[in-house]
Amino acid sequence: MAKFIEGLYYSESHEFVKVDGEFAYVGITDYAQSQLGTVTYVDMPEEGDDFEAGEEFGAVESVKAASDVFSPVSCTVVEVNEALEDEPELINKDAFENWIMKVKLNDPSELEGLMDAAAYENFCK
Amino acid sequence: MSETVKVTCLNDKHKALGAQMVPFGGFEMPLQYSNIIDEHNAVREHCGVFDVSHMGEVRVTGAEAEKFVQYIFTNDLKGAEYGKIFYGMMLHPDGGTVDDLLVYKMGDQEFFLVINAANIDKDYAHIVAEAKNFDVKTENLSDYYGQLAVQGPESEQIVEEVLGLPCKDLVFYTFDKVPANGEELIVSRTGYTGEDGFEIYGSHEYIRKAWDKLMECGKVKPCGLGCRDTLRFEVGLPLYGDELNDDVTPLEAGLGMFVKLDKDDFIGKDALVKQKAEGLKRKIVGIELQDKAIPRHGYEVLNGETVVGVVTTGYNSISTGKSVCMAMVNIDVAALDTPLSIRIRKKVFPGVVTKKRFYKKSYKK
Repeated sequence: MAKFIEGLYYSESHEFVKVDGEFAYVGITDYAQSQLGTVTYVDMPEEGDDFEAGEEFGAVESVKAASDVFSPVSCTVVEVNEALEDEPELINKDAFENWIMKVKLNDPSELEGLMDAAAYENFCK
Repeated sequence: MSETVKVTCLNDKHKALGAQMVPFGGFEMPLQYSNIIDEHNAVREHCGVFDVSHMGEVRVTGAEAEKFVQYIFTNDLKGAEYGKIFYGMMLHPDGGTVDDLLVYKMGDQEFFLVINAANIDKDYAHIVAEAKNFDVKTENLSDYYGQLAVQGPESEQIVEEVLGLPCKDLVFYTFDKVPANGEELIVSRTGYTGEDGFEIYGSHEYIRKAWDKLMECGKVKPCGLGCRDTLRFEVGLPLYGDELNDDVTPLEAGLGMFVKLDKDDFIGKDALVKQKAEGLKRKIVGIELQDKAIPRHGYEVLNGETVVGVVTTGYNSISTGKSVCMAMVNIDVAALDTPLSIRIRKKVFPGVVTKKRFYKKSYKK
């Protein structure tokens, strides 16, 4: 069964946002990794990249397919999770711990448009 | 063309095993049961079984059976004995590929053609149309036969001991008819994984029983189409729809060894003789990337800023860990070691032309 963690924000394209003050961590959800299968490559953004809410920021690839990932919020990338370059399958081990990018939120009010854990769990049914 | 999605005789068993089912070639087929990587490695190291009942079978019989098959097929069957199997293609008059297939020599007046699932209707129409000028009978047996592919280094032992079918004396690319279950099975030492293995054709009833025995023995992993593709790709085998299609000739696909231009007339021969004389304008090559980014079907191949080709199949190779692809490229950039790059989403990744065999086959010959 996929995990759904309270206190995070979720998008309809299966990314999560974990807010930490003016920063946030963005990755794919546990449900998303379970659907993808073993992750073999993560196409990461670069530090300093700016994204609008809903803009593609990279891709997560399994053996069979590439899935684009979309930033749920407008943001500036301050750090990428370099561990995923050598061990992309960390996303399968714990998708919420192994975020893809740490960002500075450009418009925190956008978070209100995302789902909470209960709504997202229902969305995945 | 059939509008409804077809199922194989093992469809309920795949679902009971929790397989992820996908449409392929007009059939609902298992993509994977657990994990493509585990299934891939099971075939490379031990034994896996694939339901390949979606493949089509056509029997050609009659006084002119050999003459007819020679006319529609690129490889040369002349002088072959019972039990021999040939790989080759059926072509359009312009040299484009109708399908790639196996031909089993069953007798002086009997041949058994094994064709791709997605092409059954197209191929059979082609065969029937061409057969009008020959003294032959053609039968589409695709709905009768189920088929299992038991693949991997342990497959000989499994087929002998678990299924009780004699197979150890078969050499690569031969078959025998084996009586079992009150019917006549066809057992061949063939497959499409680059490993030793066998393909078994029988009634739906037999195939279901055999599948159950393989599952119960605990030594065979059920394998889906996901790893069937990664396995065939790593050893440079083409897939119709990726490397081959109606507009690609076998010479462009690097399959010239299965095209016998010195035999009597066959459909497409003139076009291929001409293409060979004039020189190819494009061909399929291997490309290895420096990065782990994954080139996929349809991505552009670049020489500097210029588009010079397209990826036909690509993966991060499970057996080698390298990101590699097959690609159809212009002939002037097809030489080994030519630096080419591939556009993957917004970025361009550098690579180099290699042979299109990324992993060594281990057939038992």
